[in-house]
Amino acid sequence: MNSTHVVIVGAGPAGVRAAETLVRKGVAPVLIDEGMRAGGQIYRQQPQGFSRPAKALYGFEASKANAIHVCAEDLASQIDYRPKTLVWNANADTLDLLCDDRFEQLGYDRLIVATGATDRVLPVPGWTLPGVYTLGAAQIALKFQGCAIGDPVVFAGTGPLLYLVAYQYAKAGAKVTAVLDEAGFSDQCRALPGLLRQPSTLAKGLYYRAWLLANGVRVEQGASLVRIDGEKRVASVAWQQGGVEHSLPCSAVGFSYALRSETQLADLLGCEFVWSPLNRAWLPRRDASGRSSLEHVYLAGDGAGIMGADAAEMAGERAALAVLQDMGIAVDGARAEKLERGLAQIERFRDGLEHAFPFPEGWAAKADDALMLCRCEEIRVGQLRDVVRAGAVDINRAKALCRVGMGRCQGRMCGAAAMEIIACESGLTIDSVGRLRGQAPIKPLPFAVGPDA
Amino acid sequence: MSALVETDVVIIGGGIVGASAALFLRRRGMEVALIERDYCGSRSSGVNFGGVRRQGRPLIQLPLAQRAHAIWNDLPGHIGIDGELVRSGHLKLARSDEDMRSLERYEAETRGFDMGLELLGEDDIRRRYPWVGKSAVGASLCPADGHANPRLISPAFAVAAKRLGAHVYEQTPVVRVEDAGDDFLVTAGDGLRFRAPWLLNCAGAWAAGLALQYGEPVPMRAGHPAMLVTEPLPVFMTCSTGVEGGGIYARQVARGNCVIGGGQGFALDDRRARVDQQAVVTLLRQATTLFPSLHGAHVIRTWSGTEGYLPDRQPVIGFSRMRRGLVHGFGFAGGGFQIGPAVGDVLAELVCEGASRTPIEPFSIQRFQHVAA
Amino acid sequence: MALLKRLAELDRPQVDFVLDGQPAIALQGDTLLTALLCSVDALKGSDFSAEPRAGFCLMGACQDCWVRLEDGRRVRACSTLIEPGMQVTREPGRQP
Repeated sequence: MNSTHVVIVGAGPAGVRAAETLVRKGVAPVLIDEGMRAGGQIYRQQPQGFSRPAKALYGFEASKANAIHVCAEDLASQIDYRPKTLVWNANADTLDLLCDDRFEQLGYDRLIVATGATDRVLPVPGWTLPGVYTLGAAQIALKFQGCAIGDPVVFAGTGPLLYLVAYQYAKAGAKVTAVLDEAGFSDQCRALPGLLRQPSTLAKGLYYRAWLLANGVRVEQGASLVRIDGEKRVASVAWQQGGVEHSLPCSAVGFSYALRSETQLADLLGCEFVWSPLNRAWLPRRDASGRSSLEHVYLAGDGAGIMGADAAEMAGERAALAVLQDMGIAVDGARAEKLERGLAQIERFRDGLEHAFPFPEGWAAKADDALMLCRCEEIRVGQLRDVVRAGAVDINRAKALCRVGMGRCQGRMCGAAAMEIIACESGLTIDSVGRLRGQAPIKPLPFAVGPDA
Repeated sequence: MSALVETDVVIIGGGIVGASAALFLRRRGMEVALIERDYCGSRSSGVNFGGVRRQGRPLIQLPLAQRAHAIWNDLPGHIGIDGELVRSGHLKLARSDEDMRSLERYEAETRGFDMGLELLGEDDIRRRYPWVGKSAVGASLCPADGHANPRLISPAFAVAAKRLGAHVYEQTPVVRVEDAGDDFLVTAGDGLRFRAPWLLNCAGAWAAGLALQYGEPVPMRAGHPAMLVTEPLPVFMTCSTGVEGGGIYARQVARGNCVIGGGQGFALDDRRARVDQQAVVTLLRQATTLFPSLHGAHVIRTWSGTEGYLPDRQPVIGFSRMRRGLVHGFGFAGGGFQIGPAVGDVLAELVCEGASRTPIEPFSIQRFQHVAA
Repeated sequence: MALLKRLAELDRPQVDFVLDGQPAIALQGDTLLTALLCSVDALKGSDFSAEPRAGFCLMGACQDCWVRLEDGRRVRACSTLIEPGMQVTREPGRQP
C-alpha cells in the first residue's frame, strides 16, 4: 500500500469516479464531502426512508445516477469517506476541516478538487421574496424532499436545467404555469451545429420542451424576467418579450442562468486562474489531464468549468490517473487518452450550448439602481455604481468600499452580477474588472466549538 | 516613453500615513506626488482592526495620539466622510488582580494626557457591561476612544488629498530611487519618473529597503495580526474592547458585525498573509469566554495583513540622519491607524517647518544606528 | 401558510417539533427548510431590513436559511434534517 495521502474534495460524479480509479490501483484516498450522502447535487440521493425509484428522480440519467451511488457505496468501506464535512480553508499541505462543529486538520500529498457548481444568478426585482428559488434549488426540493417550491410555479432564465426542471415538476404533478426562456428561437438555430455533436443531449432537451408543449405548458422564448411581485411572498411574475410586458400570477418562481463553478477552494490553495469566455468567469487553470498550476493539486468536474455530469465522471477518472502517473504508478495510457478525447468533444458541445442558452448580456444596462444586488449585505445596484463611478473598477476594491459580496455567501450569489455591473458602468470588458478573491472560511464557522477532534 | 513629474514632495506608500501626509502637505501648499503599489489604503491601513484608541499606548506615543484625536474629532472636515467612526469608549478588561493593578498604574501615569480614564470594579462591569463574560474582574474605560472602518477611511485620506490637488498614482510600484544632485529621482512602473527635493518613506512593512539604501538599516520584521468578523448580530457590544496583556480585541459595528482580532496569522508571500486554523480556533474560544453572546454566532470572514514591527514596537518617525530631504514614517507595529493621521501631519510639518511641534524624538531612526556597525 | 407543496413521499412517519414555541409537524427525512416551509412561508428576516426570506439555493451556498435551535446553535435549514422534539426558532432580522 502506498503511503501517499491523496485527498479528494467533493463526492459528486467527479469525486466518486476519482476515488474509484485510485482504489483500483491500490491507493485509498480520503473522500471529503459536505453532503450527507454521495452523488453531488446532480445525483443527489434522497434521505434514508424515501422510496421513489431512481427513474422517478433522475429520469434519463437514472442508470448513471445509480451507478455513481453504487460505486460510492462500494468504496465507502475501502476508503476514508467523510460526509457532512466542510473544507473551510486550505494551505500548501493541509486542509482545515469542520465536521459536526468540530475542527480538524488533514494533511495531503496530492489533492483532487471536485467542488462542483451552483446556479448562476442575475438578480431581478423581487428575487429575495419567499417562493423565489434557483432552478437547482427547485430541482433539489423535488428530488431530495418530494416537494414543489410552490404551486403554481413559473420557471425562467436559461440553461439546460430550465426545461428539465419544468418537465420534472409537471411530471410530478405540480402546476407549471409557464416556462420563460431567455433565449430566442434564433439563438437555438445558431447553436444547432454545436449541439449536433451530442445528439442524445440535444434530443433530451427537445424532448422536454415538446413534452411540456404537448401537455399544455406555456413556453415563451426570448422572454426576459422583469420583476417578481408580491407582498410577503411571490404573487406574480412579469416578463418582457418583443418589447411588450406580460405578467402571470404564480406562487413560486425558479430561475437562474446556467451554472457557475465553485472555485473558492482552488483559490485559497493558490491555483492560477484564467479567464474563460465560454463560462464568462475566472476559472482555475487545468490541462487536459486535470493538472492545475500547482504541482500537487488536480481539478475535476464542474468546479473548474461547467461541462456537466458525464464530463465530470470522465474528468474525475482522468485526474485520478494523473495522480497515479505522478506517483509513479503505471496506468492505462490509452484509457487516459480516450478520456481526454471524450472531454474535448464535450467541450465543443458546450460551445453549442452557450449559443443555445446565451448569457443575457444586456442585463447590467437594464438593472435599476434600486435593484437588490447582494442579498446578504442588502446592497443595491446603485450603491455599487456609486463606488465604480468614484473609481473603484476592480471588484475587490468595490467590495471593500460598498460591501458587495462581503456577506455570508462570499459573493456566490451576487459576484457574477456585480462584475457585470462594474463592467457596464466603467466601460471595461468583463474580464478586466478583476476576480473576486476568496477568503476563508469557505462557509461560515460557528463559535460554539467542541473540543478538537 | 518616460514622463518626468517634478514636484516638491514624493511620498512612497499610500497607506493612512502617506495619504494623510499628502493631504496635510497640500494644506500647506506643497506640490505632492503620492505613489502606491496597490490601491491607496488597501494594505494594513485598510485591513487593520479599526481601533481608534489612545488607551494602552505607551506614554511616548500619547502626545501623537492626542494630536490624532483632534484630527479624528473633525474627520468629515478632513476627508469628507465619517468613516463609521463611533466614540464608543474603549474598555480594557483585567482578567486578574495583577492585570487590574497594571491598569491602575497606567491610569496614574497618564493623567496628564486628558484621556479621562475611568477604573471599573467587577460590579461596575456587571452593571454597565452585562455582555462581558465572568472572566473580567475589572476594567479601565477611555470614554472618548472608539472605532472606525479602516476600509473606508484610509482610502478616503488619499481621495481627500487628491481633491486638494495631490497627484495620486495607484497601482504604480516604485522601481528605483536615485539621487539627482540634492533631489531624489524616483522611477516607478509604466516608465513614470518623479523628481523632488523631498522624499517621504511611508512604505509600511516594506519601508526598510529604502532606509537601507540610504545607510540606515532597521531590524524590521513583518507581523500578521489575525482578524475575523462575524455575521451581523443584535447589537450588544457597546464599547470597543481589549484585554490587559493583549491577546484579543473586539468591536461591534452599527450593522451588527463583530470584528475580533488577536494572535498571529502567517505570511503567504512577501505581500499576502492569512490566518491559520490554530489562530481561528484560539480566537473563537477566547471570544466566547469573554463575550458569551457570541454563542451560536458564525464567523464569515478571516483575514490578516502585513505590518512592520521594530524590536521596541515603536515606529520610526522623523528625518533621515544620512540623507537630507528623506523623511521616515513607518513601522507602527499594528497600531498605526489611530495615530496615522497625526504622523502624516507631523511629516508635513517636518517638510515645511523643519521641526515637529509634537515630540517625536523617541521615534528617531537613530536608535538603530548600532545595527549599521 | 405553507410555501412548499408536498408532491411525493407522503407516507413517511410524522415528526413532532416546536416552531417558535408552537407545536408543529413534519415528516421523517424533512430538512428543517422543508419542515418549516410546509407550515409557514418564511425562515428568517433579512439582516438589515427584516424582509422575509425563505432560502434560495437549497444546497448550502446562499447562506440565507439559518435558523436557531434550542441549545443556541444555529444551522442551515436546507442542510439539516429535522429530529423529533427539535425546538426551532426563526430570527426576525433587524429593522433599518
